[in-house]
Amino acid sequence: MLYVAVAVRAFRRYATYTAATLAGIFTNSVFGVIISFSYLAVWGQNPDAGGYDVSDALTYAWLGQAMIMTVAVWSGGATDDLAARIRTGDVALDLYRPVGLLGWWLATDLGRAAYHLVTRGLAPTLVGAVLFDLRYPAGPGTWLLFWLSVPLAVVVSFGIRMLVTASAFWLLDDTGVRNLQVVCAMFFSGLVVPLVLFPGWTRDLAMALPWAAFLQVPADIWLGRRAGADAWWGLTFQAAWAAALLGACGVVLRRARHKVVVQGG
Amino acid sequence: MAEASALPDALRAYGLLARTWVRVSMTYRTSFVILTIAQFVVTGLDFLAIVIMFANIDALGGFSLAEVAFLYGGAGVCLGLADLILGNIEHLGSKIRLGTFDAMMIRPVPLYAQVCADEFALRRLGRIAQATAVLAWSIVTLDLEWTPAKAAMVGYLVVFGTAIFLAIFTLGAAFQFWTQDASEAANAFTYGGNTLAQFPLTIYPAEMVKALTFLVPIAFVNWYPSLYILGRPDPFGLPEAFQFAAPVAALALGLLATVAWRTGVRRYRSTGS
Repeated sequence: MLYVAVAVRAFRRYATYTAATLAGIFTNSVFGVIISFSYLAVWGQNPDAGGYDVSDALTYAWLGQAMIMTVAVWSGGATDDLAARIRTGDVALDLYRPVGLLGWWLATDLGRAAYHLVTRGLAPTLVGAVLFDLRYPAGPGTWLLFWLSVPLAVVVSFGIRMLVTASAFWLLDDTGVRNLQVVCAMFFSGLVVPLVLFPGWTRDLAMALPWAAFLQVPADIWLGRRAGADAWWGLTFQAAWAAALLGACGVVLRRARHKVVVQGG
Repeated sequence: MAEASALPDALRAYGLLARTWVRVSMTYRTSFVILTIAQFVVTGLDFLAIVIMFANIDALGGFSLAEVAFLYGGAGVCLGLADLILGNIEHLGSKIRLGTFDAMMIRPVPLYAQVCADEFALRRLGRIAQATAVLAWSIVTLDLEWTPAKAAMVGYLVVFGTAIFLAIFTLGAAFQFWTQDASEAANAFTYGGNTLAQFPLTIYPAEMVKALTFLVPIAFVNWYPSLYILGRPDPFGLPEAFQFAAPVAALALGLLATVAWRTGVRRYRSTGS
């Protein structure tokens, strides 16, 4: 299958840079430790903050570090490669190819995500597990739900990043839009502070935005805060955003195909 | 190169290069304004996260929101200034890979000044402005009993805190002479150090605070000076002298960074292609 082959090669491409991966794991672990201690202080004061207990909070801190690169919260990944190709005009070659632009780049990004999951996802989690008392999924059912949730998180993130990248067809430079998206992603994914701590209606709002699919939903499934029907509801939430965003990408890319002017030289 | 004239030369070169980069960025004035405001907002969200934490608690590690804001602002101003002065030094690895570092080496301009001033980005004032605003808010809210010594301590915090971060940035860059791909590890000390220092150190275990004092002296950036300004006894019972020892930490780290940088440049053998 073509897309599998694309994904496997994307995985291998990222696997070339071992030193970069090790440096990243180190940095993720340092931030994991800092955030853990800040959460320990918060939950030491208010043991029930946001409906989490202290092990939930610590686990959330490390899951956050694991998901940063996997779902590309700071952007990057396949969509950045495409943005560069749009700027230089190399995208003309991609449009020639007898494969869909969307599927090709989604496969690339899934391959990348898989690499980042097994390295920069797993390694900091192990560090966190050694240093702190974390909580683990309650049983095989929870594990299964979690492993359904992670790829959905990647697809939602890809959908958003792809829309940002596609803006380059019109703007030529997507830096501004990209930075704006990163700001929203950082904050509304719950990476800096869990969405459950948001006060009042801001919590409901944050929980409904697509960025909640990045970390909050998978983490709640892992922790068992979303179990049974609630967990399936979480997956449906992710799948609905994934479908809506990919649909929007499809429309935008079809328009872009008519719009694109490849500069010579 | 005569050592006596080296420093003024380097500063003049740095000023010239930095001004050139500012002029470049001013060509696209709208873009500059938007990016500066964006930096202000982005770093502002950082503080909003702390405010959200305080929506659930009254004190963090025994410190009130206004006191944490003082720590946050102090660390933020120091990191922001260091980032403004030489933030692009962290891209040394890619300069080595692309061969542009070699081009810098053959120019008759002090190398370190070139690397620091490269792509000097005035938009980083956005971060500094945000941190200053938080610091100002905390000072107004805290209603401290000001003495001339305390006021001087604020300036002292900014100067030596910035110096410590400058040394950390340089050390991180020098590290890239050995491993060009591992630039991200430096982030753990620069941005990680900043994140760590935003919180009162009382939330960390005592061993970690000792490590932050004697090993990686991030605690001298804002923690010890802030204890003096806020009029708090050291919660870890460490000597009061530490509250005035930031210059010692800055000097030691600065010497280490100088040695690391010089060794790195001396053993640098280009990428060969």
